[in-house]
Amino acid sequence: MIESIDTSLIDWSRAQFALTAMFHWIFVPLTLGLSFIIAFMETIYVRTGNEEWKRITRFWMKIFGINFAIGVSTGIILEFEFGTNWSNYSWFVGDIFGAPLAIEGIMAFFMESTFIAVMFFGWNKVSKRFHLASTWLTAIGANLSAVWILVANAWMQNPVGTMFNPETARNEMTNFWDVFLSDMAVNKFLHTITSSFLLASLVVIGISAYFLLRNKHVLFAKRSTVVGSVFGVIAALVTIFTGDTSARMVAQKQPMKFAAMEALYEGQTHAPLVVIGAMRTDTTRIPNPRENFIFKFEIPNALSYMVFLTPSGFVPGITDLVYGNEEQGIMPYSEKIDRGAEAIATLKDLKKAKDRGDQARYASLMAKFDNNEWMGEHYAHFGYGYYKNRPLKELIPNVKLNFYSFHIMVILGMHFLILTVIALYLSLKNKWGNHKWLLWVALLTIPLPWVASQAGWVLAEVGRQPWVVYELMPTISAVTRLSPGAVQLTFWIFLATFTTLFIAEIKIMTTQIKKGPEEK
Amino acid sequence: MFYYQGFKTMTWGKSLWAIILIKLFIMFVILKVFFFPDILQKEFDSDAERSNYVLEQITNSNTK
Repeated sequence: MIESIDTSLIDWSRAQFALTAMFHWIFVPLTLGLSFIIAFMETIYVRTGNEEWKRITRFWMKIFGINFAIGVSTGIILEFEFGTNWSNYSWFVGDIFGAPLAIEGIMAFFMESTFIAVMFFGWNKVSKRFHLASTWLTAIGANLSAVWILVANAWMQNPVGTMFNPETARNEMTNFWDVFLSDMAVNKFLHTITSSFLLASLVVIGISAYFLLRNKHVLFAKRSTVVGSVFGVIAALVTIFTGDTSARMVAQKQPMKFAAMEALYEGQTHAPLVVIGAMRTDTTRIPNPRENFIFKFEIPNALSYMVFLTPSGFVPGITDLVYGNEEQGIMPYSEKIDRGAEAIATLKDLKKAKDRGDQARYASLMAKFDNNEWMGEHYAHFGYGYYKNRPLKELIPNVKLNFYSFHIMVILGMHFLILTVIALYLSLKNKWGNHKWLLWVALLTIPLPWVASQAGWVLAEVGRQPWVVYELMPTISAVTRLSPGAVQLTFWIFLATFTTLFIAEIKIMTTQIKKGPEEK
Repeated sequence: MFYYQGFKTMTWGKSLWAIILIKLFIMFVILKVFFFPDILQKEFDSDAERSNYVLEQITNSNTK
């Protein structure tokens, strides 16, 4: 018997999770980046004893405090949703998610809540050095607490270091370090953290530009820009480097996501990289007409070079991945579906054998799950089994959304590098502020790192579709069978609550920015 | 101690704390209690029952 799920339930559950995750991510990157910028500013104050640096530190600490206060614990809602809307998934991932999230909770609580109190309320009450140590520990604590959720997300993208237990339907960790230090986890952490540093740098440069445009707090603004631009240039370079590594990793581990983000339907050697382009409306048909673009500007060979460091590397397209490519050793989805369906049927038989107490049958089926060869040939494709007799296009992520998310992120990343380099160069020559148009560019750039950062997450999460856990668990089997109406109701409650909080953040923050730093 | 003295001397930060408290109330008292029960914890008494339920679910899924 095949139980049916209303697809509107999946869509609303995904929309609800996307809404809460994206809202949470408005606050997180600024907290991560600004905490370190403040720590550097306070370090300069402690080393020089110059009261102007204390004033600078205290202003940015105020901005940090507003953001922290409004954003704190918005991530907890995601954990609520795991238990309610994604209960099959929560059970299936087992301690892979439970352990990192528990560590995150403990670290976040003890480190951040202890030292943040000293940071905000401890001025003139504790020694300068103790206060500085608290600021640094708040920054380190905030960034370390992000490690764990990113490790868990990396495991969803590339499940390693675990073994599936068919008796409990849970994945069990076999090697903590394989999970914690997987290539995907390390790269995801570095890319996410440094892009957050870049976001905070651009906020510091942008708000400082606002003061320079109004010819107010000029010394404060110029000094803030120096710190912001040094931090920004370093963060931009590391973000671009880790982004490049990340793209290579996606090409190897998640070739469908990679093909979708470049809208590459037909695989090829000497594959060009699309720098900019506009796609036609229908991008879901496979095989797809070659002309998917209204216009595009490409760099010849660059995509092959990006992945293989040689132009002769073959980059598989969506069609190659769906229908297979014998010459390149790519298995067609039809074969993966058959193997996955057999794995699901075996698991179902195992449960039935256990329920009716058929020990002999149970033992023979369990032997398959203990056999590495069978696991590699069948269980590795477990998720594909859900697509037996389903249209193959359901296994292709949204090409347009992935393409635009990727290109928006990359183009904005280049803009950020150029802007921070110019701000640093002119600041060091004491000429930052001489060109009003540049100050306007810096000011208007403030919202753009959020656009880039959210686009990055859209690419990471939508590009992984239809999988929740890559190739093992699709969204359709992860979701809890709730009434779509109940999910819709909570979606609208969240939307109303989050919009109110966001408006409060913007209002409080703009009021404090207009007031500027404390008078001397 | 820091918290006590800090709160006493706080000015504009008081509105921030009001927002934090309202937000935490909405999240933990309204949303968690009325809208977001942990389904498997609520519906089943043991891990064996939970495993059984999830196995049933993941081996019988398809979409309309």
